[in-house]
Parts: sequence; C-alpha cells; structure tokens
Amino acid sequence: MSTLLEVTDAHVSYGKVEAVRSVSLTVAENEIVTIIGANGAGKTTLLSAIMGVFPLKGRVAFLGEDLARYEIEDRVARGLCLVPEHRELFATMNVEDNLQLGAFRMSKAHAARGFEHVYTLFPKLKERRKQLAGTLSGGEQQMLAMGRALMGSPKMLMLDEPSLGLAPIIVAGIFEIVAKLREEGVSVLLVEQNAKAALQVADRAYVMELGEFVLSGKASEIATDQRVAASYLGFADAAAS
Amino acid sequence: MNTTILLFLLQDGITNGAIYALLGLALVLVFAVTRVILIPQGEFVTYGALTYASLAAGRMPGTAKLAVVIGLVAFAFDLYAMRKTLHAPKIARAFALHVAFPVVVLLASMWAADQRMPAGVSLVLSLLIVASIGLSLYRIVFQPLAHTSVLVLLIASVGVHLALQGLGLLFFGAEGQRGPTLLTASATLGSLRFTGQGMAVYGITVAFIIGLWLFFGLTLYGKALRATAVNRLGARLVGIRTTLSGQIAFLLASTIGALSGILIVPITTLYYDTGFLIGLKGFIAAIIGGLISYPLTAVAAIVVGIVEAFSSFYASNFKEVIVFTLLIPVLLLRSLAAPAVEEEKD
Repeated sequence: MSTLLEVTDAHVSYGKVEAVRSVSLTVAENEIVTIIGANGAGKTTLLSAIMGVFPLKGRVAFLGEDLARYEIEDRVARGLCLVPEHRELFATMNVEDNLQLGAFRMSKAHAARGFEHVYTLFPKLKERRKQLAGTLSGGEQQMLAMGRALMGSPKMLMLDEPSLGLAPIIVAGIFEIVAKLREEGVSVLLVEQNAKAALQVADRAYVMELGEFVLSGKASEIATDQRVAASYLGFADAAAS
Repeated sequence: MNTTILLFLLQDGITNGAIYALLGLALVLVFAVTRVILIPQGEFVTYGALTYASLAAGRMPGTAKLAVVIGLVAFAFDLYAMRKTLHAPKIARAFALHVAFPVVVLLASMWAADQRMPAGVSLVLSLLIVASIGLSLYRIVFQPLAHTSVLVLLIASVGVHLALQGLGLLFFGAEGQRGPTLLTASATLGSLRFTGQGMAVYGITVAFIIGLWLFFGLTLYGKALRATAVNRLGARLVGIRTTLSGQIAFLLASTIGALSGILIVPITTLYYDTGFLIGLKGFIAAIIGGLISYPLTAVAAIVVGIVEAFSSFYASNFKEVIVFTLLIPVLLLRSLAAPAVEEEKD
C-alpha cells in the first residue's frame, strides 16, 4: 500500500500557545486511521492545519507532493477533503444545492454521478433534498456534510468528530458508511472522542494528549492497551481482568 | 394637495427608488460576500454616467485609460503573488482579465468616440469600462485585505472613494454633464406622462433584478456566491475560492453602479461628486435591510425614493436631511430588537 498522506514533525500554534507539538503521521491508500484523545488534545487543530485552515510548521505531503504552497482550495482540488467539526454547511440553501456545490470543481456529468452515489449512501438526503440545510436534524446535517465532501470525489476524507451530539443508532450508521467508503477506495482519517467506535472501524490509531501523540499502533492493539482503556474506553477493570 | 401632484410625486419617487434599489442590492451583495461596505459605489455611478455622456458626445473618457492603468497594476499584483508557482493557465487568465480586457475596451471606445455611435454602444462600452475598473480595484485593494476586520475594509473603502472622486474631477472636470436618453418615445396615461427614459429605468431595473434572482437561484456560480456569503469556510472547503466570489461580487456591483448612473444621467445633470450622495441613498436602503436582506432592501429603496420625492416638493431645502433622518428610527429599532453581536472573527 502506498502512502497517501504523510505529516512530518508538525507544529501548530495559536499565538504563543503551541496546540500541536512535533506530530508525525501517515495514512496509506485504502486505510482508515483514527486519532483519539480527550477534548482539547489538539485533534481538531491538527486536522484543520493539515487542510490549510491554520498555518502549520513542518511538512505535509499528499501523494508525495509538499502541500506548503497550496491554499485550502488547491488541496481540495488534489483530493484531500475535510468534514469539519461544525460541519460548515450552507444553512440557508437546500440539500440539493449544498451537494451541487460540493462538486463545484467537477464537470456536470461528474456531479450527476456524485448525486447518485451520495443518495445511495444516504437515502435520507434524497427525501430531504428540497429542505434547507439549517433545518435538518443533527444526524442529517452530518450526513449532508459527508455527502457534500464526497461530491468532490476525494481520495482522502478527514472526518472531525462525526459522532458529536448524535444518537448512538445514527453514530453506528455513520461508522458503517466510513467502512463502506474504504471499500470504494477512499482513505479516511478520523478524529473521534468516541474512542470505542473509532477503534472498531479503524486499521490503525494514534492517541493524542496535550498536543502530542503518546501512542500509536494497530487499532486492535490500541483497543486492548491498558492505559487507553483506562483513559478513553471507560472500562479499565474489564481490560485488566 | 391634489391627486395629480400626489401621483406625479409617487411616479418620481418610484423612478428614483428603482435606482436606489439597484444600488442597495449591490451593496448588500458585496457586503455579504466580502464584508466590504462599498463606499465607492457612488463613484461607479458617476463614472458610468459621465463615461456614457462623454462617449455619446464624441469625447474620449479618461476612465478607459484608468481601467488600463489599474489593470496593469492588478496584473503585476497577480504576477507577484504567483511568483512561486508560475502556472501558465493562471497567468493567462489574469492577463485576459486585467490587461487584455481593458485594452480591448479602450481601443473600442477610442474608435467609438470618433464614430458617434448610437446610445446603445456607448452604454455597453461604459458598463465594460467601469466593470473593468471594479474588478482591478478588488484585486489591488480588497483582495490583499480579505482576512482583515470589517473596520479595516471600511477605511480602505473610504480611501478608494476619495481617490476615485479626485480622479473623477481630473477626468470630467467640475462641469456637470447630461447624456442622451435611451428611449425618446413617451406615453400619457390619465394625467401622468410616462417618458421613454422613465420606462427604460423601470424596465432595465426590473430586468436586472430578475436577472440577478435567476443568477443566484439557478446558476452554479450564483450559488457559489451565496455559499460564500452564508459560510466562507464551508465554501473554501468545497473548493470555491474567496477571490473568485469577491471578483464576481465586485464585477456585479460596479456594473450595477454604472448602469444606475447611465439611467439617471439623461434625467438629471451629474457632477463628478454627485454619485456619492446617490450611493448613500442606496446605502440607507441597504442599512434598513440590515445589510443582509435583499427584498427588504428593495422595498426600503422605494420608500427612500418616495420620501425624497415628497420632501423635495414640500421642503426642498431639507430634502437630504429628511431622507437621511429615516435612518435614525431604523437604527434605534434595530439596536433594540437585536442583541449586540461581536464582530465576526475569521
């Protein structure tokens, strides 16, 4: 498997506060990688900086190409796509328009195929296609945010807290889609507080604490690691026994 | 007051209101997309009107040369910004937009000024000249400041207004000018007389508003512009460049400004600084619309036009005072109705 995304020695600062310190990570083709960690560990900052929303010190390479000189829009054009924590939908526009704009850089034929693909993955969106994005439920908004990102046919999708504020049954549905995307050849970098669900779907995982990676490895191994179990999975006793 | 005067004032007010509506809509659009409060909108009005009047009188307008000069500066800005990634298609696009476009328009207007072309040709050329100035101004002044606060953008906006007004005096002199009417026909309905020019104002305004509505509702670029206005980060994340949206917004605003000027210059004499006051009335409508609502702005513009018409009849000395006083109750109501909002940080 060839490397898709490679981040080397990344630092991200807000003024004098260094929110991300010396982080390195890789994501290969057809791989689901998750970054888990507590609230405020710097996960969202890291994802945003990889996308180009904040300046990042260090090297970010996508498909072997250094991204430093590229703006957000150019990174999107190269196949890197972020579904942000706050979803950033076009609230006063309907579902169909939101999706259409997801394929802003694509041809009409491409957009048509994208609609078909997204409506197959999320039949709910097809039912709601004339409804304003701002009036959707939280789960539907998350589906729309993911659908909008998929309209641009990304090679890699970065999902920031897709389960935030959603009912467990909807979370399960979203993680099923994540697994399905990998089968379709889309790599996923998943940031989650819901460590249990994330580790079940991911191949590899990084554990982030106070801006640094403290642990990394296969998701199955991380899931059984005692420190992780104690801090993030909430069943320390079960893991110990 | 008899009905004839009432109807006459209403008619006059609606004609002016239609112009203010166009200007107000352009201000709302530019603010929503770029957060710039477009003070130089009034200069676009003046430039459009006086360029049209000059061309129609067979004189070469200085604005066509200005378009070429600031186009060259804008192209230099683009080249400097692209110095690390010299990408041929992007350079070609910048060249076409900032150099080739104004040069072609300049040559066309030199040719047209000699020929005494029909009013329609002068109209199109004037629109193109002002549109080109608007585009290059965005590149030089507002695009480099895109990440700054609304206040910084406003100060830059005032600076551009002062500079353009000064240049306007240089190009057109202190004398007022009038342009030829677009339509000479007229019709009478009861006691009201509808001039061809008045009908042209209504017709073009309504057509333009419908055109804008279709553009925003149906086309991909129109939707992209709305998307940038609704959620700037979201738009960037799907690959819509803030720069592209800004360019389209300025292109529309400068065209609308110039068009408004061309529509009124056959009715009233315009001086190099008249546009500012006209622009401000569009601004009142935009403020009443909260700088966000298009329908409210359009309705408010008609009200501003009617109030202006009645106050110029009953208290012509206080005409401007009365119109601008409209703002006070609106601002009071708005400040009472809406909680204080911190300025957007991005």
